[in-house]
Amino acid sequence: MTPMDDKVGVFICTGYGIAEALDVDALCKVATEELNVPFCKTVPSCEGSGLRTILEDIRDEGLNRVVIAGISPRRYEDIVFPPHVIVEKVALREHVVWCLPPGDEDTQMAAEDYLRMYITKVRKMQPLEPFHPEEPIDKTILVVGGGVAGMTAALEAARAGYQVRLVEKSDRLGGWLAKQHRSFPTRAPFRELEDTNVGELVAEVEAHANIRVHTSAQTSRIEGAPGLFDVTLASSGNGKPPEEALDQFRVGAIVQATGWRPKDPRPDLPYGGLPDVILNVDLEAMVKETGRITRPSDGKEARSVAFLQCGGFRRKEEHSFCSSICCMTTLKQAMYLREGNPQAKAFIFYEFMRTPGLYEEFYRKAQDDPGIFLTRGEVVDVAPSGNGRLTLTARDTMIGEEIGVEVDLVVLAAGMAPNAADGEAIRALEEAKVNLLAGDSEAKRQMAAETVERLKDHEGSQILNLVYRQGPDLPALEYGFPDSHFICFPYESRRTGIYPTGAAREPTDGMGSREDATGAALKAIQCVEMTSRGEAVHPRAGDRSYPDFFMQRCTKCKRCTEECPFGVLNEDTQGTPLLQATRCRRCGVCMGACPERIISFKDYSVEIVGSMIKAVNVPEEWDEKPRILVLACENDAFPALDLMGQNRLKGSPWVRVIPVRCLGSVNFVWITQAMSAGFDGVILLGCKYGDDYQCHFIKGSELASVREKNVREKLQQMAMDVERVELHQVQIDEYEKLPGIFQNFSELIEEIGFNPFKGM
Amino acid sequence: MTAAVEAAEVGFPVVLVEKEPYLGGRVMRSHKYFPKMCPPTCGFELNVRRIRQNPLITVHTLATVEEITTPGDRFRARVRKRPRYVTGEVSLDDALVEQVTSRRPDEFNMGVGSTKALFYPHPAAYPPLHVLDRDALSETDVATLLAKAPPGAIDLEMKEEEIEVDAGAVILATGWRPYDAGRLDNLGVGSCPNVVTNVMMERLAAPGGPTGGRIVRPSDGKAPGRVAFVQCAGSRDENHLPYCSAVCCMASLKQARYVREQNSGAKVTIFYIDVRTLGRLEDFYNDLRKDGEVSFIKGKVARITEDSSTHDLILEVEDTLAGDKPDAVFDMVVLATGVVPNTPDFKRPFDLRVDEYGFLESDTGVDGVYVAGCAKHPCDVSRTTKEATAAALKAIQRLRRG
Repeated sequence: MTPMDDKVGVFICTGYGIAEALDVDALCKVATEELNVPFCKTVPSCEGSGLRTILEDIRDEGLNRVVIAGISPRRYEDIVFPPHVIVEKVALREHVVWCLPPGDEDTQMAAEDYLRMYITKVRKMQPLEPFHPEEPIDKTILVVGGGVAGMTAALEAARAGYQVRLVEKSDRLGGWLAKQHRSFPTRAPFRELEDTNVGELVAEVEAHANIRVHTSAQTSRIEGAPGLFDVTLASSGNGKPPEEALDQFRVGAIVQATGWRPKDPRPDLPYGGLPDVILNVDLEAMVKETGRITRPSDGKEARSVAFLQCGGFRRKEEHSFCSSICCMTTLKQAMYLREGNPQAKAFIFYEFMRTPGLYEEFYRKAQDDPGIFLTRGEVVDVAPSGNGRLTLTARDTMIGEEIGVEVDLVVLAAGMAPNAADGEAIRALEEAKVNLLAGDSEAKRQMAAETVERLKDHEGSQILNLVYRQGPDLPALEYGFPDSHFICFPYESRRTGIYPTGAAREPTDGMGSREDATGAALKAIQCVEMTSRGEAVHPRAGDRSYPDFFMQRCTKCKRCTEECPFGVLNEDTQGTPLLQATRCRRCGVCMGACPERIISFKDYSVEIVGSMIKAVNVPEEWDEKPRILVLACENDAFPALDLMGQNRLKGSPWVRVIPVRCLGSVNFVWITQAMSAGFDGVILLGCKYGDDYQCHFIKGSELASVREKNVREKLQQMAMDVERVELHQVQIDEYEKLPGIFQNFSELIEEIGFNPFKGM
Repeated sequence: MTAAVEAAEVGFPVVLVEKEPYLGGRVMRSHKYFPKMCPPTCGFELNVRRIRQNPLITVHTLATVEEITTPGDRFRARVRKRPRYVTGEVSLDDALVEQVTSRRPDEFNMGVGSTKALFYPHPAAYPPLHVLDRDALSETDVATLLAKAPPGAIDLEMKEEEIEVDAGAVILATGWRPYDAGRLDNLGVGSCPNVVTNVMMERLAAPGGPTGGRIVRPSDGKAPGRVAFVQCAGSRDENHLPYCSAVCCMASLKQARYVREQNSGAKVTIFYIDVRTLGRLEDFYNDLRKDGEVSFIKGKVARITEDSSTHDLILEVEDTLAGDKPDAVFDMVVLATGVVPNTPDFKRPFDLRVDEYGFLESDTGVDGVYVAGCAKHPCDVSRTTKEATAAALKAIQRLRRG
């Protein structure tokens, strides 16, 4: 069962009311007599001196597989245990003693079952060996995009001692920053315009010994994985043909700083139709180039300028985002106008003036300027006055009346659209194009045609050109931003080692881009360092396990390659999964997906969890003691179970909880195994899914909900009631919901009867 | 916390000094984050796990930096550690805590209610230890603890300690505190019990809070049917905080959703100057506008008084949009009080650049000292974590330069 040189030890804690609530001698006998554990000891506590005793015994007795039954695993400083020892902790206190009646037969049965489950688990687990690829990990950072975010990321990584390749598609560095006349304030007292200092920044980047700059270049192919990305550069079209490789090199991690482009203006405003209606970016370029503000129609000085904020752009009925920087940009441009000509007038039409935080100081400065007229109103019309000027009609929402203003120039605050491609959409488009030609039925070809039509805008939008089964770029969220979905973890992109930053990720200004890009550089550096140590990055940071595929039994069903939330697996032309281990986040979603059960981690596998399920002593039907298996996500649901105990809420003596890395890692063979073992039902507890998903592995809990439906079909085939499997979304602070979930499910079992296979 | 774990995961040792008895700061007192309405405990739990398993991170709670000196290229911090009196050798059980009768103001719940002098800070607290407020403890309780606490669990003789921390770089993430609402007497603070601040509202809505998560009027414990949110209560105001506190718009919109989710019959009115929901947060505003029971009224609230018999509140509103006649009587008013920086006050041989409001400047003026979050400017959680990640890199650069 256990290799010869392994020695299992069990510690049972008698503190925390455990000895009062449970028959500890009987627990010890489960270990020593029933499961033949060679070393079992009671300790008065598993903290402080009690823990020191445990550590001494581990050393003195040469234990290397240890179960501590006492307080929750969340209460330990994991670093105290020697790294070569496998230690599992049973939350007897939180999950048994604190939420079940003391001295009760059923409470004792629960404690004994947990001991059986965890002793079985440590016997099955294997020591971890961190993953090290055959080739050395390259720590170079590739930065795509040479604007303020890209230059900052490159420089900050270089200053920390890393080699950097900076790729810019135009013929020079600088991006939008270089197109600006002045910057709005970035430091106290936040009232004065500042030099962009773009020249100094470009010079410093170009002069830095650790940075190689490639201008007029783009990434035509990026193959591989963190630490091992092979990059091919091609000309971006200024000179050499794009087919020809300019350079090929290896990098460890990637920062995508591809910036933004102006959004298309509101179609009913005469942008493009009237020459004196321009965008804010056009005005900026004009001032930068000429130092003056003039009318494009006749080159005469513009003495009155109307600035139309999102009111001029955003259509209320449309779902849209705020571009964040236009208010500050407009105030800045109004100041250009006023500085150029103290008699000039700026009319600003806005819905909300958005100058958050200390930017409010700049807004107050503009409010103090008698030549800047701020009107809260929606612009309804812009038309030529006949005298070469323009008449603008707006509905003033303060006084509720329409007002008209005659101006020389109208400036539309252009919104920011991200320069980012949606890798998953591109892949879906490519697949649909193949199906359109080769689909095996008319219905399929019809569906493909619809997909091609829906996604046609993604044609040729590739930027990174990743060689990934799941598409050539990062997947995008709403509005096309390849953003992280997490408030607490804003750098978590869905492709390991690739970090989007700056305005490509969310609408942001220069100061925000610099901070964001510095953070993205840190994450890229952290990724290559953790990868070189054979560790996973966030959210299982530091995990040294990795998935192992027993390829002889692979049926090339492609479920693992399809369902991996991080695009870890490529596949060959036959559909065989090709593991790119350094991309892996160790969530186990592939393990949950695999119908052949060939994917396992050394410390977490279908077999380990399956044996824990089978280790439970399921009573016979006439005992009238149902058994419910709870598979709980260890990120939120498992801590919620702790909190349930901590708050002394009433648990259920029928449940047996097994923590899982993610609900997506639940292989549904566990459910059939539980049914065969006589369990009466299974509850899956996972994170919230849907638009506001909270799953730390993106779509793990959602996948589980899809798979649950398949399981229900399977249950039907087994002539079982489909109600025997339930999935609940539980947030970490929703521990109060748990007793109700258990109670209702127990009542349901009572209603539909025990598992008919019990005892068979 | 973010700066600490991000730097440590690159491979650098970090010492984290926190003045409270637990980590998590102000976000742990929030019920939910905008815009996803997810619990802050979720991300906190993950970060605690990262700390628990990383041997490079040392955490000192109940600790304050008294002085930083600069021998050579290094920084040496003198850190004062206040006694916790709870040793961590043995967990304390409920029976003991129940016997303690002395109480103290509950700062975790923003002063709403009180806790026992021996208390567990919050359900997900890290470090997972009780805290003893020695000063609040009665003589009877001292005797009880001496007689009944498990041996070694409590040490009432525990002394304040001073330790030295040697570091190559310093990150200041000292955060913020709410603006003193007591100065907003025109808005009924102190005189009208049903005027609460936004930070109190977070605690009222939290399941672990003083009302078990029920949003009720302090005067009579009833669920309010008419709730007003008063934006810029102190912020964007020359007499109080001239700057914008950046997070209050989203915070109030989020709290409006708390109210609406708890009571489908409740009506919410939000009085604002500008609704500042930047970027994709605009979606949250647009979604809330679709709720027919939520109205947005542009206008500055000048005065709040109460009907002394019912404790209902009467609002006087200036500058309203034409045509908007607000129903000016409410059951409860939430003031969107602003962000005031906690400016570091330790002794030091160098000057830090600080603006007129006490915010540290991005460039602190000292090589090796970096700043992140609300100590620098009012900002939300996402921005703070980005800045903390950036600060970790700046610190690493300094360490690599040696």
